Amino acid sequence: MQLTNRSKVVVKKEMTLSERLYIPAIFSGMLITLKHLFRKKVTIQYPEQTREVSKIWRGQHVLKRDEIGAERCTACGLCAVACPAEAITMVAAERKPGEEHLYREEKYAASYEINMLRCIFCGDCEEACPKEAIFLTDRKVDSLYTRAELVYGKDILVEAIEKDKRVDVTARETPDVAEFKANKVFGHNKVFDKNS
Amino acid sequence: MTLSFLIYKIILVVIVFAVTLVVAMYSTYAERKVAAFLQDRIGPNRAGPFGILQPLADGIKMFMKEEVIPGASNKTLFIIGPSLVLLTACMTGVVIPWGSPLVIDGTVYPLQITDVNIGILYLFGVISLGVYGIMIGGWASNNKYSLLGAMRASSQMISYEVAMGLSIIALVMTTGTLSLGQIAEQQHGWHWNVFVQPLGFFIFIICAFAETNRAPFDLPECETELVGGYHTEYSSMKLGFFLFAEYINMFISSAVIATFYFGGYNMPFIERFVQDPNWLAILGVVFLFMKIVFFIFVFMWVRWTLPRFRYDQLMNLGLLFK
Repeated sequence: MQLTNRSKVVVKKEMTLSERLYIPAIFSGMLITLKHLFRKKVTIQYPEQTREVSKIWRGQHVLKRDEIGAERCTACGLCAVACPAEAITMVAAERKPGEEHLYREEKYAASYEINMLRCIFCGDCEEACPKEAIFLTDRKVDSLYTRAELVYGKDILVEAIEKDKRVDVTARETPDVAEFKANKVFGHNKVFDKNS
Repeated sequence: MTLSFLIYKIILVVIVFAVTLVVAMYSTYAERKVAAFLQDRIGPNRAGPFGILQPLADGIKMFMKEEVIPGASNKTLFIIGPSLVLLTACMTGVVIPWGSPLVIDGTVYPLQITDVNIGILYLFGVISLGVYGIMIGGWASNNKYSLLGAMRASSQMISYEVAMGLSIIALVMTTGTLSLGQIAEQQHGWHWNVFVQPLGFFIFIICAFAETNRAPFDLPECETELVGGYHTEYSSMKLGFFLFAEYINMFISSAVIATFYFGGYNMPFIERFVQDPNWLAILGVVFLFMKIVFFIFVFMWVRWTLPRFRYDQLMNLGLLFK
């Protein structure tokens, strides 16, 4: 069965004398490498220079806090469900009286771990999040020596409480994204309707 | 033979030896730089400005590495192998004429350690001995890859030396001498042998690639098939000897090509600007080194352009006429 029109019939033709000598081919090859000698170098000298990344680069995650500094995450588990690599695990806990300044809603994540070795940085977790709590940032995940170190807990993921140390995610919170997030409930329901 | 003559020769030997080693050392750096530039990279640039201390760092690394001698190897031969390779590589610089003679206070100081009248024979005799080091090293390692590499080195040598010998015979017939000093002298002005023997030059340079075990004829090493070929089992400075000998051979081969076919220390029209023979001699050394550097670059350029020949292809190329 012919799938495409790109197939070509192979013809094994006799080589001419100049082809058999290889010398013209060798010289043209050497000319190509000589041209590369003067070409612009592609090296990025890493510690001094870093590769430029896109504005919406998906790097290390951040767990956001709200205006008063309370964690936005309510441990609903949608991100863990959405995660195709099953990198996210969490333990939920109930907020006690007097902790309103720490946690935004009655339920919060007592522990929240992302295994950075499993994570594929697809961004499905931030898409699934109904509370605008998790975002991927333009920071790169560190290179570490052990696997255990690369399971990031809340100590690394949650952003600092001070206003000036918060992680800026405005590049990923564009109006389009806000629009999408506002209507997201219906989007998810559509999928569920088909199944039921 | 006077004492001053002896001292002069000793000084010359030491200088040639030192220069050979320094050039070989910086050839390793140049190789990495040329490779990088041909591949749109920058190459080593961390050790010192532009990475010029990289060969030193490599040397220190080589010395500091643990020295492993395989238990099942023949220990004497295992040590003789790399020593022989380096020794023969260093011996070849003796007959190269580095410049026209210096004349100081009426005494003539030739810039050539010795002008034997069978210089070419000596040169190729010594170069051919180099393959014994590779064979002994590969055999003594008691490793199948080393043995295959050593076997390839010897069979490769047999196949390319035919072509090399024939191209040299053509050169000897046109120049009428086996002395390298005379060959260089005859090429005064524009009488470079490459214009008389272009095909001979072409065959010779191809054989020189094979001689130095470099791509596209680096079958004895052949990282992709034979791990490291004859030096698979070697470590530390013994490995360094093998690698270093390759660069010394490359330097000597470039010097030989320049002397045989590109006028050696001669440069056309230079007499119009400089009359003093001593200055001419010094300039001649500079010109010779310019030619050598160019040919070293060609060696590297070819290495980073062409893929390796297959074993039987090399045999066909060297021995069969089709």
